[in-house]
Amino acid sequence: MFKAFKNPTLALIGLAIFGLGINFGFNDYIQLTVLFIMVNCILAMSLNLVNGYTGQFSLGHAGFMAIGSYFTAYSSTHWNIFPANLQFISAFLFIVGGGLLAAIAGFIVGLPSLRLKGDYLAIVTLGFGEIIRVALLNMDFLGGPRGYANIPSLGSFLSSYLFASLWILICLFTIWRVMQSSYGRGFLSVREDEIAAESMGVDTTKMKVRAFVMSSFFAGIAGSLFAHFTSFINPSSFTYLQSINAVIMVVLGGMGSLSGSIVAAIFITAFPEILRPLQELTHVDLRMVIYSLTLILMMILRPKGIFGELEITDVWRKYVRRSA
Amino acid sequence: MSDVLLEAKNITMQFGGLKAVDSLAFKIHKGQLAGLIGPNGAGKTTVFNMLTGVYQPTEGEVILEGQSIKGLKPFQISQRGIARTFQNIRLFKKLSVLDNVLIATHQHVKYSLLNSLLLTKSFTESEKNQKEKAMDLLKIFSLESKANELSSSLPYGQQRKLEIVRALATDPKIILLDEPAAGMNHSETHQLMDTIAKIREDFKLTVLLIEHDMKLVMGICENIFVLDHGMKIEEGQPAKIQNSKKVIEAYLGIEEA
Amino acid sequence: MQDFVQHLINGISLGSIYALIALGYTMVYGILKMINFAHSDVYMVGAFASYYVARWLGIDSNPSIGTLIILLLTSMFFCSLLGLLIERLAYRPLRNSPKLNILITAIGVSLFLEYGGQVVFGADPKVFPDVMKDFVLFSGAGIELTSFDITVLIVSILAMFALDFLIYKTKLGKAMRAVSSNPSVASLMGVNPDRIISFTFIVGSALAGVGSVLVGMKYPKIDPLMGMMIGLKAFVAAVLGGIGSISGAVLGALIMGLSEEMVVAYLSSTYRDALAFGILIVILIFKPAGILGKYSVEKV
Repeated sequence: MFKAFKNPTLALIGLAIFGLGINFGFNDYIQLTVLFIMVNCILAMSLNLVNGYTGQFSLGHAGFMAIGSYFTAYSSTHWNIFPANLQFISAFLFIVGGGLLAAIAGFIVGLPSLRLKGDYLAIVTLGFGEIIRVALLNMDFLGGPRGYANIPSLGSFLSSYLFASLWILICLFTIWRVMQSSYGRGFLSVREDEIAAESMGVDTTKMKVRAFVMSSFFAGIAGSLFAHFTSFINPSSFTYLQSINAVIMVVLGGMGSLSGSIVAAIFITAFPEILRPLQELTHVDLRMVIYSLTLILMMILRPKGIFGELEITDVWRKYVRRSA
Repeated sequence: MSDVLLEAKNITMQFGGLKAVDSLAFKIHKGQLAGLIGPNGAGKTTVFNMLTGVYQPTEGEVILEGQSIKGLKPFQISQRGIARTFQNIRLFKKLSVLDNVLIATHQHVKYSLLNSLLLTKSFTESEKNQKEKAMDLLKIFSLESKANELSSSLPYGQQRKLEIVRALATDPKIILLDEPAAGMNHSETHQLMDTIAKIREDFKLTVLLIEHDMKLVMGICENIFVLDHGMKIEEGQPAKIQNSKKVIEAYLGIEEA
Repeated sequence: MQDFVQHLINGISLGSIYALIALGYTMVYGILKMINFAHSDVYMVGAFASYYVARWLGIDSNPSIGTLIILLLTSMFFCSLLGLLIERLAYRPLRNSPKLNILITAIGVSLFLEYGGQVVFGADPKVFPDVMKDFVLFSGAGIELTSFDITVLIVSILAMFALDFLIYKTKLGKAMRAVSSNPSVASLMGVNPDRIISFTFIVGSALAGVGSVLVGMKYPKIDPLMGMMIGLKAFVAAVLGGIGSISGAVLGALIMGLSEEMVVAYLSSTYRDALAFGILIVILIFKPAGILGKYSVEKV
């Protein structure tokens, strides 16, 4: 049991040191960008479980993210169950709550729709995502179209950052370890050949629902963190474009590569920000134009994404060690 | 007479207006090595698909050890002990040879997802056992040295063997082999047949195979069913089949008078 | 009852516009098995092309049948050109890539057109030229038929008949159907699939061009993001009817238009987008190939 926590703890310490650097070395704007990068890392990894490893094409992750976001927004403004100095416990619990609610939604959406394949599944999940958004538009107690403002932050940058780091690691190690287990191989078998997997005794429906529920849980977590970091959410933060953005991160990084998802999440989130000076120079917003062109070129020139199916450790082994 | 392991009770498969298999009935006894032959398009693979639940028979039912498996999904049927290979090789292409076999052992895994997250003892031990078992099976077909290669990188003949290994890893009572020797040369075929005979002994298996190589079928099968246009036209021991007028007609066609 | 008939007319009018766009989705899907996400933006570019051409010709406030025809042709021409370019430059290099890559490329093209449009045309809405005077053509029993409704109906029916003729009565249409059913066999029979695919994009985009002028006439505010929602709904309509099926797209679009109109009329307008997806989900779960689509059983 102890050894299960060794690597995650070491990684957390590493991330914390990195965070201290950002805390003292950079301004608020960059710090906020870093937090959004972390949210997107979780979102991309969670979607990779469904899209990359299990081979089921979901376009509804914005909906699950929205559920987590709104739950956290509501609970952290309405429910005061802990004294002020123990707020971080309730914050943690509400984030878990957001994830669980999203997971339940994932189960309800996944059970009927995961029988469908390919584009059909994509469209149905997209439809569910949009329905969640429209439902939120019509819920007055959640602000309806006006959105939900004044969501409490998680304190200073450093404490927000630590919260996010903790969840990134939980997400990363959960998915990584599941993929090293027999269940993970079950997910892969569904992606590779459903009929063969069934014939070998794998309950493919259950596998798909499992992956989908786990994935929506983490999407809900990403949403919860997002709510704390922005302090204001509204239904248009969660349109299908947000889902598409998540898919782009997964494909760009490489389907079935967690390191790829992380690198792509950093790239996709930071890229428009890096291009901001260009906008000041030219006075037109060319960022998204360049972004979309990059995307098209990427798909044509490097169709398997940055990492393909490899992890960063494999890449190390394959190229660096060999040349040494 | 030994007990009946698998019985098809008048199974019919209808695709639109076409009856691919028409009220087919047969019994396979425990430990038997049975063959299913017939001209191209006779409906042999469709029979396999019905026995394994990939298709639900339009009529009739399949009985395994006295219990109907009607309405069960393929994975449930696999868990009850029917394993199969595929005629047009359906390996998990982008996974390693070892992973292909490990996936078939998943149905016997006892630990929960939580165990894998916390790296508990039951997880590590079960993983170790699964891998040992898989390697043992790969050894039977001399594939152990390829365990970490991608399954799609294997030569054709070895892919067919891997399909058999994968089916064996489910711990079946009966194994259905769909043209296991397709694409193999003469000596490879003989070697394969020896291996099939051996695994049947070692694992106390019942075998049903589809094969086009007549010499091979006649050489090892104890009981043969002949299918033509979805109907059973003959059944019996190799000697009887070889001399059956109906079988010869089915294969060569009847001269129009 | 009169209200109901009025809503019926409005719904059919809306549905026929969806149909024009849905046909482009369904044709491309039928032949390439891909969701052409950029289709809705081709439609948007059509609207802007007619806007600029009308101003250039000085007919932007000269409502007449002539204006309508000129703008329809303009929009069709520019949409076809753009459709062809997209296919050549972005999709053709990916002909044998995994589906997901093609889909993402399509999304990339869509984003490029939307944001590029914001740079080139400006993000603020523009007012579409006056194509035709809006007047009540027929009125009785509490029902009003406006010139817009009639124009929308006539133009879209003509366009669909033209498409039907093209696909089922010409050699080119036969080649299109052949490529759609089996590209490799079609190419063995001497059909050049690449040419047919280009042609499919031209035809589908031209229909979207027709749609953009009709929408511009009815709702004269155009902006670079105008294609997003209508494109999504048209696509849903195509899936609803059975994607790949021409008549399915028209049927699905009519159902979409009618149900949307009815929800707005009798329930609440905020739920109209959700309803579209609700219908879609129910249909796909119970009849995965859509109303008129064929569901193919996987061969084992």
